[in-house]
Amino acid sequence: MSAGNMHIKLKVWRQSNTNTQGRFENYSLDHVSPDMSFLEMFDVLNEQLIETGTEPVAFDHDCREGICGMCSMYINGQPHGPLRGVTTCQLHMRSFKDGDTIVVEPWRAEAFPVIKDLVVDRDAFDRVIAAGGFVSVNTGNAQDANSLPIPKVAADEAFAAAACIGCGACVAACKNASAMLFVSAKISQLALLPQGQAERSIRAEKMVAQMDAEGFGACTNTGACAAECPKEISLENIARMNREYIGAKLSSSAV
Amino acid sequence: MATSSNLDAKIPQGPIETKWSKYKSSVALVNPANKRNLEVIVVGTGLAGASAAATLAEMGYKVKAFCFQDSPRRAHSIAAQGGINAAKNYQNDGDSVYRLFYDTIKGGDYRAREGNVHRLAEVSGNIIDQCVAAGVPFAREYGGLLSNRSFGGTQVQRTFYAAGQTGQQLLLGAYSGLQRQVGMGTVKMYNRHEMLDVVNIDGKCRGIIARNLITGEIERHGAHAVLLCTGGYGNVFYLSTNAMGSNVTAAWKAHKRGAYFGNPCFTQIHPTCIPVSGDHQSKLTLMSESLRNDGRIWVPKQKNDNRPGNEIPEEERDYYLERRYPAFGNLVPRDIASRAAKERCDAGYGVGASKLAVFLDFAAAVERYGKGEANKNNIENPSKEDITVWGKAVVKEKYGNLFDMYKQITGEDPYEVPMRIYPAVHYTMGGLWVDYNLMTTVPGLYALGEANFSDHGANRLGASALMQGLADGYFVIPYTIGSYLAKEIGTGKISTDHPEFVKVEKEVTDRIETLMSIQGKTSPELFHRRLGQIMWDKCGMARNEQGLKEAIVEIRALRKEFWKDVKVMGGKNEFNPELDKAGRVADFIELGELMCIDALTREESCGGHFREEHQTEEGEALRDDENFMFVSAWEHKAEEEWELHKEELIYENIKIAQRSYK
Repeated sequence: MSAGNMHIKLKVWRQSNTNTQGRFENYSLDHVSPDMSFLEMFDVLNEQLIETGTEPVAFDHDCREGICGMCSMYINGQPHGPLRGVTTCQLHMRSFKDGDTIVVEPWRAEAFPVIKDLVVDRDAFDRVIAAGGFVSVNTGNAQDANSLPIPKVAADEAFAAAACIGCGACVAACKNASAMLFVSAKISQLALLPQGQAERSIRAEKMVAQMDAEGFGACTNTGACAAECPKEISLENIARMNREYIGAKLSSSAV
Repeated sequence: MATSSNLDAKIPQGPIETKWSKYKSSVALVNPANKRNLEVIVVGTGLAGASAAATLAEMGYKVKAFCFQDSPRRAHSIAAQGGINAAKNYQNDGDSVYRLFYDTIKGGDYRAREGNVHRLAEVSGNIIDQCVAAGVPFAREYGGLLSNRSFGGTQVQRTFYAAGQTGQQLLLGAYSGLQRQVGMGTVKMYNRHEMLDVVNIDGKCRGIIARNLITGEIERHGAHAVLLCTGGYGNVFYLSTNAMGSNVTAAWKAHKRGAYFGNPCFTQIHPTCIPVSGDHQSKLTLMSESLRNDGRIWVPKQKNDNRPGNEIPEEERDYYLERRYPAFGNLVPRDIASRAAKERCDAGYGVGASKLAVFLDFAAAVERYGKGEANKNNIENPSKEDITVWGKAVVKEKYGNLFDMYKQITGEDPYEVPMRIYPAVHYTMGGLWVDYNLMTTVPGLYALGEANFSDHGANRLGASALMQGLADGYFVIPYTIGSYLAKEIGTGKISTDHPEFVKVEKEVTDRIETLMSIQGKTSPELFHRRLGQIMWDKCGMARNEQGLKEAIVEIRALRKEFWKDVKVMGGKNEFNPELDKAGRVADFIELGELMCIDALTREESCGGHFREEHQTEEGEALRDDENFMFVSAWEHKAEEEWELHKEELIYENIKIAQRSYK
């Protein structure tokens, strides 16, 4: 068993609810183990706060294995912290040094209002998917799965786009709070597959319209989203989405 | 033994092959005009919940769906790694509906219902068709057709997968179908809502009480039927592979309102998880069973061998699964692999700092794949280094994300040194008792997916949880719910002003008041850890009479202490994860007691339930079919008081045998 001997200082964003002002609070932790995950370090902090009668820090988390997309900490100026391709829950304290001061904030975006402390409201993403991020096929209508061969390259590329966990790090990373990487990942997945062809144009139009309605910013191609994406979703998806969108606009007047 | 008169499983008559098709063509229907007036509540949005909510809305019912996470896409089905079984026989290796049915019953150690399991096998193929149509990017071969792999407890390749993220891809498929209905206004979605009770009126389930987790507001929701798709209760052990929020609360509230709990002690301990690294550990991470396709499990032949795994020579290694079970080798079912690992570690052969780990080694696979690549490319006499490079590339393609995850968590590179693994709580075969219609003992209240007890007996085979969740949601409930709702067309809208709603809501708010007012010294988290320790030590991988009796006493004492000393910070009318956790831990404590009572009552070993008093000379589980071939269905009577009802299991299509994987 690893006895923890790291000392860590934290500056954590505290905010009671959406309508109040937030502020940074300073905390200090001894006996942090390098084998702890970043969220386990927060568990220790919270137990310490409860012992001293202070309300613990609210943060979103669930699976703690990097796949549910719920955890969402902005650590030292980077969504999910310093490592590439890693979510907050999979970040471990061995990535920090004894004595470090770590600044932890919530995602910052107009479309993601703070609910409490480090917890934000990401309902906007669900609404973007509801606008068109699907294949309209009712249960019970499917043909035999192997009657539709799909080249491995296309399937693999669609899978790479579908690996998006919807955490919102791309929005938090972007200086414009743009959701282009998230939206383009879903548009790409379905544009690359034969199943997605029937609704290809209308999907791009509707999802982009909803994205704009939610108050996400424009894309200025800085690439911060892809650099910070814990699932390393590629910028190529944004290029593909732009093609899909322009193509759709040229041929349709639906939205 | 006869089935208790309180239980009617409603299995259709006739030969097993035709039960479901005959049922489907004779079940009552609800016409479209009436469907519009019938409301259904779906609690939980994992594979079972999302697929059920979407499908019922497509059919025309008015659906409300609830999840405690910030989005339905977060449900823990998302974390399933390895795959989903289906009897497609695409590999031409002799698979069939009957074989999937047989493997599942045998894998469950003859404690599952024939009728349900056969239906599951029948619809398994439709699931793959449906998912592909919805755009799920399964792994494919170069010819464009779907790829398969093997899982434990089978000798065919029937597992469909999407790298090590099959659950994610399937859930996102079901979620997209759900969001489509949300967008069309046929499903009203309530995220960040937790169901805190069910409301029964005149013996029928008529709705739920839920708490808005952002505002703390308590809400009443009425419906003609309620579907609990709320997953399993592995977090009763504190440490498990479940998500932090996974809980038993919805199922437990239903249990206390009249739904019997089936086989609560049947817990699956998964053999290949990353070992505990310290006291700070908050959860355990699975390394997919698919790794046992290529990984070989071993421990040193010498006790207390502290050399790194890659420095221990071949002849000093004990590949104990291959030694004990030559026919299935590293692909024995989960319960057997877990117990074998525990046996070696208890005997002093464990590895790593804690000595509670065994090796999962890919060196042989790297070499085999490397040579294969050389062959493919007509390279003669390739160097050992080249073989290793090529082999690692193949292993990376198959399992890359799992290897990365292992490295991230442990700080060790599994391409260089063998993984260290140890069993961990993963899945619960037990759950709310349901009949063939998936209805609990409360009319109008259903349980789907892991939340019910129905298909996996005493041990679930790998890649069968995803299959069951989607079978229940996409293909079973849309038919079976008709048999109940057809009789509800005259009921009219359910009023939430009914005195029963008022009463249950008051009970919910009173409980929250009590939790907030205790203001003791101990956090819900610490109570949870203590409960988990009792459960793991005394109701875990091996159980005995004395330990279980002690555990029951300890859990009762813990419950009393909890209600005197719990400390819940924050307020009740705000976002308060501490309050959410306190309520869930209180329910886990009560469930823990029932699990121990069930384990104590079941005086046999079967599947994941291993009573030390009942084992063969070789240490295998020893069933007692004469006295225990039944489902335990527990009725809640009062605090610390349950009544056992038995559903006899009758096997007409499978020959019962001592389960052997030798």
